[in-house]
Amino acid sequence: MSTAVVVIAGCAIVTVAIKAAGPVALGGRELPDSVQRILALVAPALLAALVVVSALADEDEWAIGADTAGVAAAAVLFWRTGSVVGCVVIAAVVTALLRAM
Amino acid sequence: MDKPAFRAGFRAAVPYAIAGFLVSASFGVVALDAGLSPLAAILMSAIVFAGSAQFAAVSILAAGGAVSAAITAAALMNARFLPMGIALAPSLPGGPIRRALQGATVVDSSWAMSSRGDGTFDRWYLFGASAVQYLTWVTGTVAGVFGGDLLGDPKDFGVDAMFPAFFVALLVSEIKDGRTFGVAALGAAIAFALVPFAPAGVPVLVASLAAFVGLARR
Repeated sequence: MSTAVVVIAGCAIVTVAIKAAGPVALGGRELPDSVQRILALVAPALLAALVVVSALADEDEWAIGADTAGVAAAAVLFWRTGSVVGCVVIAAVVTALLRAM
Repeated sequence: MDKPAFRAGFRAAVPYAIAGFLVSASFGVVALDAGLSPLAAILMSAIVFAGSAQFAAVSILAAGGAVSAAITAAALMNARFLPMGIALAPSLPGGPIRRALQGATVVDSSWAMSSRGDGTFDRWYLFGASAVQYLTWVTGTVAGVFGGDLLGDPKDFGVDAMFPAFFVALLVSEIKDGRTFGVAALGAAIAFALVPFAPAGVPVLVASLAAFVGLARR
């Protein structure tokens, strides 16, 4: 139990510290226009990387499996319908069906 | 307080909150498997409130890893919030403590949704979007902790594919033109290439550099 408490407290502290770092360090300063334009492009880069790492990798190696197909199905469904819930559900259903086969 | 913006964010994030409930329930199941008590799992969701960091920390504990390794992994997974916080900073008012508290409310989807696309953010929209997801994130873990046994092995139900699918929805929403598509493709390629060489979390952080290239080639 004490291990869990240390891990939880540690994770909470680093999470808040990282999320707060930018807003505190920069204050309310306006960033130059060129920087703003770069920052507007950070989201697609980060999110694409997150998708790749969570769907195509296990720890530190590439891994293509049933979940990869499930996530691909989710991408198509969201692109066609825009449903976030449908997207998450179809990922689980496709992955489960492939694993059951 | 800008109530209409808060409400708009709250409503707009409901689908993400529902999806988050399912993902968080899967976290509850995984956390118990890793040896956390039900209370510890719920507490973790309530005070850490960062899905990928929670999954990373708990999976290291499950594999018998050290406490320091679990916390480091969580920090690396969360490293992506650093560029997000820098982008958000000019849109927040107040002194250091108020700014820190406001910055701490950020989650991936609320940050992405509240972006106005010109580099600025609607902060009350962001708070609303985070609030509804916080509610379902905590209740989802409660459901997973107490109801997860009914499921058996969560992998049989494809639960592990839900979290990446959640990010897919956010990503597709962000791709508006050739430039955002190019940046996303480059970010994906960077992360993919780094996976075998860099510790977990680092590939995603480095991938944010794709934004610079996106601006250079217009």
